[in-house]
Amino acid sequence: MVKSILPVVLKGASVKKGGVQIIGPLDMQLLEAGCTVVIGPNGAGKTTLLRLLHGLERLKSGSVTWNAPRPEINARQSFVFQTPVVMRRSVRENIAYPLILRGSSRKKALTEADRWAENVGLKAHGHQDANALSGGEKQKLALARALITRPEVLFLDEPSTNLDGASTLEIENLIRSARNSGTRIIMATHDFGQARRLGDEIVFIHHGRICEQASTDMFFNTPQTAEARAFVDGDILL
Amino acid sequence: MNDLLAGVAAAVRLIVTLDHDLVEISLRSLQVSLSAVFIAALIGLPFGAWLSVSRFRYRRIAIAVLNALMGLPPVVVGLVVYILLSRSGPFGVFNLLFTPTAMIIAQVIIVTPIIASLAHQAIRELWFFYHDLLISLNTSKWQRMKTLLWDGRRSLLTATLTGFGRAIGEIGAIMIVGGNIDHLTRVLTTAIALEVGKGDFPLAIGLGIILISLAIIINLAVHILSRTERAGRW
Repeated sequence: MVKSILPVVLKGASVKKGGVQIIGPLDMQLLEAGCTVVIGPNGAGKTTLLRLLHGLERLKSGSVTWNAPRPEINARQSFVFQTPVVMRRSVRENIAYPLILRGSSRKKALTEADRWAENVGLKAHGHQDANALSGGEKQKLALARALITRPEVLFLDEPSTNLDGASTLEIENLIRSARNSGTRIIMATHDFGQARRLGDEIVFIHHGRICEQASTDMFFNTPQTAEARAFVDGDILL
Repeated sequence: MNDLLAGVAAAVRLIVTLDHDLVEISLRSLQVSLSAVFIAALIGLPFGAWLSVSRFRYRRIAIAVLNALMGLPPVVVGLVVYILLSRSGPFGVFNLLFTPTAMIIAQVIIVTPIIASLAHQAIRELWFFYHDLLISLNTSKWQRMKTLLWDGRRSLLTATLTGFGRAIGEIGAIMIVGGNIDHLTRVLTTAIALEVGKGDFPLAIGLGIILISLAIIINLAVHILSRTERAGRW
């Protein structure tokens, strides 16, 4: 049994950019299973929190402690960015890329990529230039590329922003499927409905601070803080 | 105008009759320039990629110097290479002066900064786009460079062809280190200079037309072979 890289514990963690405090100080712990949704208004610091957890942002102060050393953590996480980064390659080569990086033979990686392309509904586009895909298809490609390494933790930054209803549903089904197969999901969204549909736990963040961390039901039914209540009630938070 | 028409006629005549001297100097031109560009690309492309993904103290200065070296005066390069390769120079023992090898060395020095600088500019844009993904995937510097070089291959091909354009039309350096010796170091550009000196403008223009045609053919061939314009495929 491989030891989990979770839980991850943040103690007084903060990030500053250009002298401006973006998030923090934050204290938080994320346990081993389920789907945590980081929710909050635009500019609250959701993306920065995800990037900090994934190691893409530098800590100004405090600590982020995973249950494993850094190289192991990186190898067992994947990140899907809000704007999917589509490489100048075919769809299957995009999906196969992380496996090739990890030393898989090209043939084996592409076979696995074809399987994932089928899983996410991109099989027919396998040999196409990935940049010719639609927005929803690019997001599915990014998900397949993130999942091909079977990560223990998957970070998703606003995975269905700017997508239509049908594409959002497809993306959510893929996220649900990953979660059900044991991948720990940590995602940011400002979509209430999506948070309700996918989240087991909500982390509500405002002005770079965690206002509330609770189960989805509890957060939406009985928010504990004034900010969370206002947010749930649909008030505009400044 | 008459000279121009006579030049076209001379070019056609030389090509149709497969003039022995023309074939020889054309092949030598290609041999020297293609060899120089090949070596310059081997150096310049990875260097451009390295410069894009590396952060070090004097990086900005290095980039500024590299960009400035794009405009290296060929005559100065020729002079320096001449001194280095001359009998009394540090590399005199190799007897390279007035050989095609000396011409290749001079062209490598001229072309490498062009290819490296253009490669750096192209890869820097791609690196900006790929940055988060490649960091997220925990790639090594070597893997990043390899990925960027591969995915940026279209722009890099253009950078390399720009280098080829500079090399095939270069005269200042190769005239000094090659010496324009018949059947040994004479290439199209030095032959044109010679014919102009002799006052044979039609032949000079004819050779010029052939030189331009060669450059166009090489560019077209590279684009067709590398299928850069095939839609929907990288």
